Amino acid sequence: MPQVTLTVNGKRHTVEVEGRTLLVELLREKLGLTGTHVGCDTSQCGACVVHVNGDSVKSCTMLALQADGASVTTIEGLAKPDGTLHPMQEMFREHHALQCGFCTPGMVMSAIDLVNKHPEGLTEAQIREGLEGNLCRCTGYHNIVKAVAAAWPLMHGKTMPAAAE
Amino acid sequence: MGFEGIGAAVKRKEDARFLAGRGNYVDDINRPGQVYAYIKRSDRPHARLKGIDTRKAAAAPGVLAVYTGADLAADGVGGLPCGWQIHNKDGSPMAEPPHPVLAVGKVRHVGDPVAVVIAETKQQAKDAAELLEIDYEDLPGVAASTDAIKPGAPLVHDDVPGNICYDWHIGDKAAVDAAFARAKHVVKLELTNNRLVPNAMEPRAAIGECDVTGNYTLYTTSQNPHVIRLLMGAFVLHIPEHQLRVIAPDVGGGFGSKIYHYAEEAIVTWAAGKLRRPVKWTAERSESFISDAQGRDHVTTAEMALDEQGNFLALRVSTLANMGAYLSTFATSIPTYLYATLLAGVYKTPAIYAEVKAVFTNTVPVDAYRGAGRPEAAYLLERLVDVIAHDLGFDRIELRRKNFIPPDAFPYQTPVALQYDSGNYQVTLEKALQAADFAGFEERRRQARARGKLRGIGVSTYLEACGIAPSAVAGALGARAGLYEVANVRVNPTGDVTVFTGAHSHGQGHETTFAQVVAERLGISIAQVDVVHGDTGRIPFGMGTYGSRSLAVGGSAIVKALDKIIAKGKRIAAHLLEASVDDIEFKDGKFTVAGTDKSKTFAEIALTAYVPHNYPIEELEPGLEETAFYDPKNFTFPGGCHVCEVEIDIETGTPKVVNFVAVDDIGRVINPMIVEGQVHGGVAQGIGQALLEHAVYDSQGQLLSGSYMDYVMPRADNLPSIHVGTESTLCTHNPLGVKGVGEVGAIGSPPAVINAIVDALRDYGVRHIDMPATAEKIWSIIQAHQPRMAAE
Amino acid sequence: MYDFAYHKPASIADAVALLAGDPEARPLAGGQTLIPVLKQRLNKPSKLIDLSGLGLNRISVSGNALSIGAMTPHATVANSADVQRAIPALAKLAGGIGDNQVRNRGTIGGSLANNDPAACYPAAVLGLGATVVTNKRRIAADDFFQGMFTTALEPGEIITEVVFPLPVEKAAYMKFAQPASRFALVGVFVAKGPAGVRVAVTGAGQNGVFRQREMEAALTARFAPDAIANIKTPPDQLNSDIHGSAEYRSHLITVMAKRAVAAAA
Repeated sequence: MPQVTLTVNGKRHTVEVEGRTLLVELLREKLGLTGTHVGCDTSQCGACVVHVNGDSVKSCTMLALQADGASVTTIEGLAKPDGTLHPMQEMFREHHALQCGFCTPGMVMSAIDLVNKHPEGLTEAQIREGLEGNLCRCTGYHNIVKAVAAAWPLMHGKTMPAAAE
Repeated sequence: MGFEGIGAAVKRKEDARFLAGRGNYVDDINRPGQVYAYIKRSDRPHARLKGIDTRKAAAAPGVLAVYTGADLAADGVGGLPCGWQIHNKDGSPMAEPPHPVLAVGKVRHVGDPVAVVIAETKQQAKDAAELLEIDYEDLPGVAASTDAIKPGAPLVHDDVPGNICYDWHIGDKAAVDAAFARAKHVVKLELTNNRLVPNAMEPRAAIGECDVTGNYTLYTTSQNPHVIRLLMGAFVLHIPEHQLRVIAPDVGGGFGSKIYHYAEEAIVTWAAGKLRRPVKWTAERSESFISDAQGRDHVTTAEMALDEQGNFLALRVSTLANMGAYLSTFATSIPTYLYATLLAGVYKTPAIYAEVKAVFTNTVPVDAYRGAGRPEAAYLLERLVDVIAHDLGFDRIELRRKNFIPPDAFPYQTPVALQYDSGNYQVTLEKALQAADFAGFEERRRQARARGKLRGIGVSTYLEACGIAPSAVAGALGARAGLYEVANVRVNPTGDVTVFTGAHSHGQGHETTFAQVVAERLGISIAQVDVVHGDTGRIPFGMGTYGSRSLAVGGSAIVKALDKIIAKGKRIAAHLLEASVDDIEFKDGKFTVAGTDKSKTFAEIALTAYVPHNYPIEELEPGLEETAFYDPKNFTFPGGCHVCEVEIDIETGTPKVVNFVAVDDIGRVINPMIVEGQVHGGVAQGIGQALLEHAVYDSQGQLLSGSYMDYVMPRADNLPSIHVGTESTLCTHNPLGVKGVGEVGAIGSPPAVINAIVDALRDYGVRHIDMPATAEKIWSIIQAHQPRMAAE
Repeated sequence: MYDFAYHKPASIADAVALLAGDPEARPLAGGQTLIPVLKQRLNKPSKLIDLSGLGLNRISVSGNALSIGAMTPHATVANSADVQRAIPALAKLAGGIGDNQVRNRGTIGGSLANNDPAACYPAAVLGLGATVVTNKRRIAADDFFQGMFTTALEPGEIITEVVFPLPVEKAAYMKFAQPASRFALVGVFVAKGPAGVRVAVTGAGQNGVFRQREMEAALTARFAPDAIANIKTPPDQLNSDIHGSAEYRSHLITVMAKRAVAAAA
């Protein structure tokens, strides 16, 4: 069986997989990282979003072997070792941006990438468009949008530029 | 306790694990020696099942077993039961055809389970399933309820003539006919309530397990594990309840779709017993679309009789309700007792008559989906009121005000069985109109027109019933179960508390709100309260979470158990403080002798109960743990007003919700943050129903919108920010005064959205548009109608 | 998914050799369409040949051409200063394909080779009169698209880059999204450049992307929205499904084309 070597949440792993093994299957079934979820089979829902080399991707639409040599971050790898949450996780909690919690890991990973890629600031409309790859059935997105906007200043260490608000 | 208690917007306790990726959903669980089930489903809507050759599949690599309906029948496995029996107009019982776990004789919808393959790996099971040779003889199918009742329509069940499950009615037909005969005006509206797919983000999953002594465990994505234990144990697999443990751990949303006892639960449990290996099944989303019970699907004619001034005299309703191919667990109750009994709404209509025909079709079974019957009733009424205003030239707000049940009329007996205990519809209406700046709307309409947009505003003043249900009432109406709730409150020796509740949280935040109720009553912090749910092995009993009942019924059971704890604590305190129990007061976490400073803390009393050295042992048992069963005295009746503002792109017909206000009277609010979140989510689903979502079948029963590529799920950019207000007229008959909030958003919003769309199109001669109001539908209306010129 | 052997060659020659040696082998670009198709078991390749190791993720501008390597992800095109400067409409189009996650993986070469009738890129490539360069030859956009999911690519032929002629005087893309999948129900790319005035329509046609020549003629005469306001595309050649009738699509082509012209002007 082929092998894949990758770094997940800072830890290097070499794992035997099939050609058809998806990255999400590697994470959930081989590495026991069940925080990354599967909510659909058409690459629409975003429950499986992780970061690969710093970019958010749908881990259900990537072969494990395509991640050879990559650095992967999952929801389990966001908090500091002492348990301190990432600002996005903290703001999700602060603004009640999760209910059942199932879409949350993917939503948080997408939101972090969105904020990272927009150092110039984000409007409400941009946040809503930026989350189009993630479905949530519980929150109506209202509080998710608030949480992402609230995380921006914490992640960039400055207030959101007025023009973007 | 002030800040963390009732009314405090405390952050949720459960978030810590969800945010860290440490939730424990069924598919996250893996049992030693686990094998995998793949369910082969019918890809055709209606066919005779002439034979299944399993030999090649059974011989494939890794396969442990292949089972069909014949194997289950040979082992005495029963069919999936229906939990509510409805009677026809003539008093005879409804048609209740068998609902086999795996199809026998015929397949009746795309997705009907035909066989199960169990293998060492998921992929092996799926690979082997392709080797099944199934001999089908295709039969003509029927998908629409309106087609299914036509003479000569294909029969879904050969022994159910006309595909009629039941022909039921409620209300005083003679009084309604008389009122129509003398009415000045009659306004009629035909409308459909579109079929929806619930789409909880977590697909269903189940793991069955059987140990050497024949004790079974089922992990399942359920809203009510005790109900599953009862139904599956007693009716399907004949496993004694003491040998069957059902665990519903973290569950990723339900919205009704995870209430029911599904075939896959029985399959994995039964197969685990046969194979003595844990058997796991997880739905792929495409399976969810063809196997999760769907929602709504009504076709209705409604007529209102009015006098000259616009007073409602009588309402007559006739509805066809699509049941799908089989009766799901609570399917039969939805278009009857959860729908037609709500047809008074917030109005003092003196006479109402409704008849409902439930119809079998070759489609996925239909059952409760967020709101369940009540959205259909609210949509009908609130559309009808707007159409009356349109046809007869009344102001739509004044027409509502004129017909409201006045605040001093409570308790109010409706003509359709329910008695409302409290409400104030004027207040929620006025608050919502103000929050939405209804008065300033016409200016916004003008501004929008200048930008090439048609802007409209719509209002709905809805009512719903939740907190189901008084068991005796439900039983008299055909329920085959009680609908009380259960709580066990265990005070641990050091004074912290574990609450075992029969309600189930799959997003509602019970671990927080229930802890707030306990913290308030006992004067402790919520950190000292642990709420346990979802495990028949740990919780005495329960009926689960649906119908916005958790707090009204489950919370009341907790309060009742807490009352018993406090009563016992008083007796222990009286002993320690050498006072009469009648003189002991409990407040802020202290038992005090009235009028003195002699007191014992709650923790001291707890410790004494477990270390009973100085204790009234002759008259009182040690320990501090109480169980309560709470059977509600009545339903609760949340209601309110939703106001929606839309803009339509004239060239493409594309509608967009640009403003949404919800003001809901949900009784006492325990946690306003969670309440607002519940309303946001419900409104999103309501906007989804009104504008986006539709389970579309072809005429034969093929589902055309069977994935997220074709079923339009609301995304963040489809929705506006939502303004939420609450109003609290308290429920008069439960100890917390709570009414329920889980469903109000999905009930009040669809008619507000459609009323807004129709308002936006008022110059195009439009009276009604069916949901979902898609861009193309709106564009067609704009094309068909030249703008009506204002009178000059 | 059926199992397959996975290969990641380091050169185009190796990739071509792997494909040539096995008719059941398939190239894998970003995988954002292919992997979902494989998950549905609609396709059973013996081998997947991952093209990400061939150095095809690159963008360059020379005097009269913008070249985009076949393995360049949509997000890279969308955010490229070169693309934004040379053909801002192309950057915008790339930034509207799928969602952020799809854009981080999906590639221009994969999109073109797949030629989904509702994909966005074919409209830009046809509308801008681009050239699809393969390991064997250069194929003009007009010759490349040959019906839905069908292209001029021969078995074993690999797209290496797409060359867009410059300078583009005016260009814009307008998409009316299918509400569920967010693919184009109708997408119209309008451009005025070295290839003349072109109007390319995706999402609507029964045979995939096509040029609306009547609109091209009208816009050549006068590049203004009202020049095409009354030009209707015959519905009998257009798709009809639960998301839009042929008549509605026909109407949307005109509306989107008008809006694209307005945005481009």
